Amino acid sequence: MRVLLIEDDQEVANYISKAFDELGVVVDHRDDGRDGLLLASTEDYDVLVIDRMLPGLDGLGILRTLRANGNTTPVLILSSLGEVDDRVEGLRAGSDDYLAKPFAFSELHARVEALMRRGGSEAPVTQLQVADLVIDVLARRVTRAGKEIALQPREYRLLEYLMRHAGQVVTRTMLLEGVWDYHFDPQTNVIDVHMSRVRAKIDREFDQPLLHTVRGAGYVLREAEPN
Amino acid sequence: MSIRLLLRSSSLRISLLYGVLFIAAVMIVLLFIYFTTVGYLDRQTDSDLNADMRGLMGQFEAEGRQGLVQNIAQRVRQNPDGEVVYLLTDSEWQPLSGNLDQWPTSPIDEQGWTDFLLYEWDFEKETRHARALTTSLPEGYYLLVGRDVAERDHVQHLILDALLWALAITVVIAFGVGLLVSSRVTRRLENMNRTARGIMEGDLSRRVPTDGSGDDFEQVGINFNRMLDRIQALMTTVQQISNNVAHDLRKPLTHLQHRLEEARDSDPDRAREALEKASHETDELISTFNALLRIARVEARGWRSEFTEVDLGVLLEDVGELYEPTASEKSQIFEVFTEKGMFVQADRDLLFQGIANLVDNAIKYTPAGGTIRLSSESSSSTILVTVSDTGPGIPTELREKVFQRFFRVDDSRTTPGNGLGLSLVHAIADLHKADIRLADNSPGLKVELSLERHADH
Repeated sequence: MRVLLIEDDQEVANYISKAFDELGVVVDHRDDGRDGLLLASTEDYDVLVIDRMLPGLDGLGILRTLRANGNTTPVLILSSLGEVDDRVEGLRAGSDDYLAKPFAFSELHARVEALMRRGGSEAPVTQLQVADLVIDVLARRVTRAGKEIALQPREYRLLEYLMRHAGQVVTRTMLLEGVWDYHFDPQTNVIDVHMSRVRAKIDREFDQPLLHTVRGAGYVLREAEPN
Repeated sequence: MSIRLLLRSSSLRISLLYGVLFIAAVMIVLLFIYFTTVGYLDRQTDSDLNADMRGLMGQFEAEGRQGLVQNIAQRVRQNPDGEVVYLLTDSEWQPLSGNLDQWPTSPIDEQGWTDFLLYEWDFEKETRHARALTTSLPEGYYLLVGRDVAERDHVQHLILDALLWALAITVVIAFGVGLLVSSRVTRRLENMNRTARGIMEGDLSRRVPTDGSGDDFEQVGINFNRMLDRIQALMTTVQQISNNVAHDLRKPLTHLQHRLEEARDSDPDRAREALEKASHETDELISTFNALLRIARVEARGWRSEFTEVDLGVLLEDVGELYEPTASEKSQIFEVFTEKGMFVQADRDLLFQGIANLVDNAIKYTPAGGTIRLSSESSSSTILVTVSDTGPGIPTELREKVFQRFFRVDDSRTTPGNGLGLSLVHAIADLHKADIRLADNSPGLKVELSLERHADH
């Protein structure tokens, strides 16, 4: 996994590079827009993380140039402006995700990971499976160990989202954006209550839990807690 | 007011221009008067002389030289003052009759007219000029008929003097009034300028003096003052906000400092715990800052930037669906009464955020077993969204204050929150030109948000 980080704030860049390094992700860093664009168009990266305000050439400029040249590498824009209109502007310019500073690294990591995975699996799937939990996407039918589980529509969509990101950490804001399609800041842990309902339905009667809470980050759906 | 300022003022330039035009007009009138009056006197003299000359020439033809000499002598006698001047000479310019000693040496034009000095000033008589008509008679005689024009000159001088005085007075009035008017205008503008400068130097309490005249200058001054009042009020608000921010952020920062000190001085296990708490507190601080920035950004946004057509019914159902589990965990009854197809122009995410904040508050402050109701009611032009609860409510006197940043009804901080939720709701309501009203649900609180219905539906 290779990530290119174009960020002029040395402090933020070090923090991100170090954290990715610990997870075994290779990070190349450039602090100037032009250098960054040059590297992004000559080398192959899984994800580009680009700050919006940069010396030389700004983040949206890099993004537009790349997209105009047919480069489809997933891009996550970092912004210290970070409000809804900037977000819309960023997405319009062709970014795949948008994250406002200051952010927790776990949020950035979860989003970058989601972007990396997305690259490969564009083919439509009819069935998703994690261990013995299976959902039939077309029929919206959920079974675990052959036993049918009845879910409310929203619970189903939460589960489908988690299944599509199986093995990845999914943050609460990603769930709000991905499942509810609202970009907003819930003041309390409304998502957690929904998740505990889903968990109750898919995990309670079974020995092996599949839905795990990742402290300080979010949730992950996977077969077993790795040791 | 300084002269330099007055000289640069446009009002003075305009006054001066009008003054010059006025003076030019008056000068034209005065010149006309001068030439008609003075010219009339000149023409009168000349026609008298012509008539006189014709009479004498007739005399000469009828009675010859002798008759003419006698006639001239008689005329001279009848005018002892010397106002009339006659001279008859022979071909050698020797005087034969008349009251002039010798033929004048001044140039004579083709029609025979001449002006000459009658006598120089001496101790007995003043300088006098004469105008005369000359002609040559048959048999080589020369005849001169003239008039002493001192009297005429005197009258002409009087007229000229009067006209010059009139001109002088006109100039004084024109420029004087111009200066007066423009200095008044400049002074009033300068009053405003002085106020503006005072404000730029930091004294925001300065105001333009008004005189109660009700004229346009005063109107400008009054509006200027109103604008300043508004700016000052805003400044005060901003100051209050930044004071509140400083005050409210000091506490968590102090906590954070304590945690870090604790971490530094403890064994690794406890230090780790303290650092976790510190990290958590930092997160809360960041989210408080984000919330503040968010409010500021919403307040700075223009009406309808990024607005789309939003079905309020769907949005309310989504809010209800998102919060229902949280309410039911608190054993609260959460009811949503709405219908689809109520369209408004809105920023979908922000409107969701605003209504979610209201619902979140209702759930937070309503005790277990209480009821929260989210409903909508649409009329022809507006849609009224109501969030009501059966919690403790907000006392009437605090209802305006709850929208202020960091204000919390329960300041003991037993419930989580940063005191910014309703400020954001207020900013969002303002952005959507929606009225927000807090009312009594007896018991509990009722928040009413009145949105403009989209015209196309």
